[in-house]
Amino acid sequence: MTIEQLPAAARIASDTALKEAGRRWLGKSVNRVEDPRFLRGEGRYIDDISLPGMAHAAIVRSPHAHARIVRIDTSKAEALPGVVKVVTGADVKAHAAPLPSFGAGPIIQDLIAIEKVRHYGEAVAAVIAEDRYVAEDACDLIEVEYEPLPVVLDPFEAQAEGAPLVHELLGTNVAYERTFTFGEVDEAFAEASRKVQAKLRWPRSTGMPMDTNGAIGEYDPGTGVVTIYANSMNFTYFHWLIAASLKIPASKLKVIPVAAGGSFGSKFFMHKVPTFAGFLAMLAGRPVKYVEDRITHIVNNDHCGSDRWYDAELAFEEDGTFRALRIDCVDDYGAYLQFGTGTHGNGLSQIVGPYQMKHVQYSLHAVLTNKNQQGAYRGFGAEVSNWMLERLVDMAARDLGMDRVEIRRRNLITPDQFPYRTPTGNIYDSGNYQGVLEKVLEVADYEHWVAERDKARAEGRHVGIGVAASNERSVFSSTEFWFWFDKPEFTPTASPESASLQIDPTGQIVVTLHSQCLWGNSPETVVSQVVAEEFDVDPSSVVVTYADSQHALPGTGPGGSRFTVMVSGAVAGAAGEVKEKIKRIASHKLEVSGDDLEFRDGGVSVIGSPERKLSLAEIGLAAYMFRLDLPADVDSGLAAQSTYDHPLTTVPSDDRSDLGIFYPFVGHAWHIGVVEVDVETGKLSFLHYAAVHDAGTIVNPKTLDGQIIGGTIQGLGTALYEEYLYDDKGRVRNENFEYYHLPSAMDVPTMTIAHQETPSPYTPYGIKGAGEGGRMLTPAVLSAAIEDALEPYGVRVTSLPITAEQIVEWASSR
Amino acid sequence: MTATLPLRVEVNGRSYEHDVEPRRTLADFLREDLGLKGTHVSCEHGFCGNCNVLLDGEAVRSCLMFAIQAQGRSVETVESLTSPGGELSELQQAFTEHHALQCGFCTPAMLLTAKEFLRDNAGETDERAIREAISGVICRCTGYQQIVEAIQSVAARP
Repeated sequence: MTIEQLPAAARIASDTALKEAGRRWLGKSVNRVEDPRFLRGEGRYIDDISLPGMAHAAIVRSPHAHARIVRIDTSKAEALPGVVKVVTGADVKAHAAPLPSFGAGPIIQDLIAIEKVRHYGEAVAAVIAEDRYVAEDACDLIEVEYEPLPVVLDPFEAQAEGAPLVHELLGTNVAYERTFTFGEVDEAFAEASRKVQAKLRWPRSTGMPMDTNGAIGEYDPGTGVVTIYANSMNFTYFHWLIAASLKIPASKLKVIPVAAGGSFGSKFFMHKVPTFAGFLAMLAGRPVKYVEDRITHIVNNDHCGSDRWYDAELAFEEDGTFRALRIDCVDDYGAYLQFGTGTHGNGLSQIVGPYQMKHVQYSLHAVLTNKNQQGAYRGFGAEVSNWMLERLVDMAARDLGMDRVEIRRRNLITPDQFPYRTPTGNIYDSGNYQGVLEKVLEVADYEHWVAERDKARAEGRHVGIGVAASNERSVFSSTEFWFWFDKPEFTPTASPESASLQIDPTGQIVVTLHSQCLWGNSPETVVSQVVAEEFDVDPSSVVVTYADSQHALPGTGPGGSRFTVMVSGAVAGAAGEVKEKIKRIASHKLEVSGDDLEFRDGGVSVIGSPERKLSLAEIGLAAYMFRLDLPADVDSGLAAQSTYDHPLTTVPSDDRSDLGIFYPFVGHAWHIGVVEVDVETGKLSFLHYAAVHDAGTIVNPKTLDGQIIGGTIQGLGTALYEEYLYDDKGRVRNENFEYYHLPSAMDVPTMTIAHQETPSPYTPYGIKGAGEGGRMLTPAVLSAAIEDALEPYGVRVTSLPITAEQIVEWASSR
Repeated sequence: MTATLPLRVEVNGRSYEHDVEPRRTLADFLREDLGLKGTHVSCEHGFCGNCNVLLDGEAVRSCLMFAIQAQGRSVETVESLTSPGGELSELQQAFTEHHALQCGFCTPAMLLTAKEFLRDNAGETDERAIREAISGVICRCTGYQQIVEAIQSVAARP
């Protein structure tokens, strides 16, 4: 199927073309409508909410990474005044079903470990008490007898015959293996004149939001409804899976979305905490709040990032032309395959980056070990594969003695090649990569810094420049979760987003959203700007509310840089319907043709005669209260709801030689960073850091900058500081912020940012997603910059994080 | 449960008398006993600074202090920066103008820490000085740049 055969895409494309002329509110740096409540400390995060009669829960975490639970004695805890109930695996076994898993095979995960624990920090008991202090006191009184089992921590050892099994039922620690081959990979490698090969290591880190996962459960025995207030879950997409764990019908689970103090993927499919809250509330018969403490979040959250070992090769020609890519990846998934291998599917959407390349082979070995589970972290795997690719590109440049910018420039996809079909089948919708490159060289003052670096090097200083490019795929369908399997059990292809738009009798515009509440993004501002664009009203006048799961239309929530694109489509759809009705009412009342009306200044007026006008308040009042003033075939009320589906996605071919279109709205970015390294202390100073991004039509420049800077700095954390450290028994050694270092204001550069706008032809207003791009660049930029700075020592950066200790060791050992 | 101690403390200009357990943290006292939910706890052991409040005008970690240690002293929380429903302060307004917050969780601590800096360093717009001043408050969203710009813009005002 060609793109042109997709009716939805064609329709959106023509709408977009019409709307490009004369934007009124999109593209402006309006202040966020979310801000005032957060600035006043009235954000109403999960821990700020109390229900009458609410109890508090804490959990007992396993001190062992792998052990059989022999006996649990809860008597002392139960005897402590203020304790409501102590809950163990026996209660879970009796009353709950296992937690959901997107992986194949019998990899069973329970809310509380039943027979054995499989990672350090896994829950073995929970206490419900009158307050959190007492709950934690009681946790200390629970006696658990463990029989330690041999731990398996190394994903290579885990694959060996006779290795301790994380899941006996599975019979192996290799949860999944597959090789995809696209094009003529072996032939291309045989024919290419050169190749580089590298073993690369990307360590486990996590999104680490400042606000941990939290939920409040409430059970109404009269109706059987379990209400869960949760600071995420993407509940319209996933809540039915939580209901299954609780053994209740999805219709009896009411999830109320609560603002989260950050996610970065970690709350995308947050399942343990809301399930805990609902389960404990059902057992206690009263509301129960469960909010992770920081240690629990670090060792037992739902979403550690990728933990990969690559053996990767790039084939290329003497002139720098890339030919083929061969990738073998071992990914250490930890104890559960809760979120499946979607992060590798995600990477396959842009596995060739912004470069022309026809042949790719990708082998995945998803391995289980005694560590906390993986899930989502900003980039969802594509940030890892981009680092891998850019490392290979730098190696190829070095191999050829070619400038690192030049080798990239020669291979970039050109504007006339869009829509560009990549080897995996995913397409890149549009782009002008050369434009972004030229801009970044200018913004970074590249030639100047090359001269400065050379001068500094001559003086014995260690200054280095890193250059990296990345694409930024946005808006997932859902196929990346299942195209791994030849005969998948479940093959979803929808990732919709919905909006309801109502104008009340006073003319007030109210939009209701149907997925996760905010978590640091700007859904209310985006929606307000789209509404303002459509109705020409002040964005700050728009009221945004959130539906709960019992009232919600289909939604998917933020993730994969999808929300701005998708919610804009939903709001535009609902606004279009309401505008049509307004025009009918107004044309009736003003006695003009609907074609002669336009939306201006908070009302509808006759084109060319702005004094002939009806305000939205006048229209609203008529629509609700004066039926006989309306055209005979127009019903009372002024509201519409719209569900917007992914506008451009196709199914994978049966033989998986073509994975289909699954992530097609593709932004592009280049970063150039200049660092100085102190080889005595390992300290890194930033001399310059420039970024140019193309995210299609910009909705709000300053919030886009915020996403770029925030993502870049998270990528800096990944590159320089963050890594889960385990001892030989599988205990996490850095389970607090003293030893798990997050970047502070002193650790990070001030960025110079510029933009290019290449609108997508297939999305509403031409918007592309932009929430993850920053993190896709920094690891590659800093790897290259540090390598360049340490050129006199012949350093090759093949693993992260690049710590100060590592730098000192490199410098002192040569 | 342990015996309680009588606490007298001024919070946001108002005097309170309250019996507290000796182990009750200042953060929990402010949040749970006084209902001032603008003080946020993140790491719970003094590293992230998200729970910062001003104690006699100086930023302190309210998760590391026991409420009883505030005996006879004066505490300012984010709720002191503006009256309920009132206009945002100059600093708060600068934060929204410069997009200095995303999820908003660290924002109260960041505002109070910046307030202390601006009071003690009138007119100081040096980026490094501002970065150093806020380096004890961890923000995971913004990458700090727009926070620095917001504080600079207030410092630069006559």
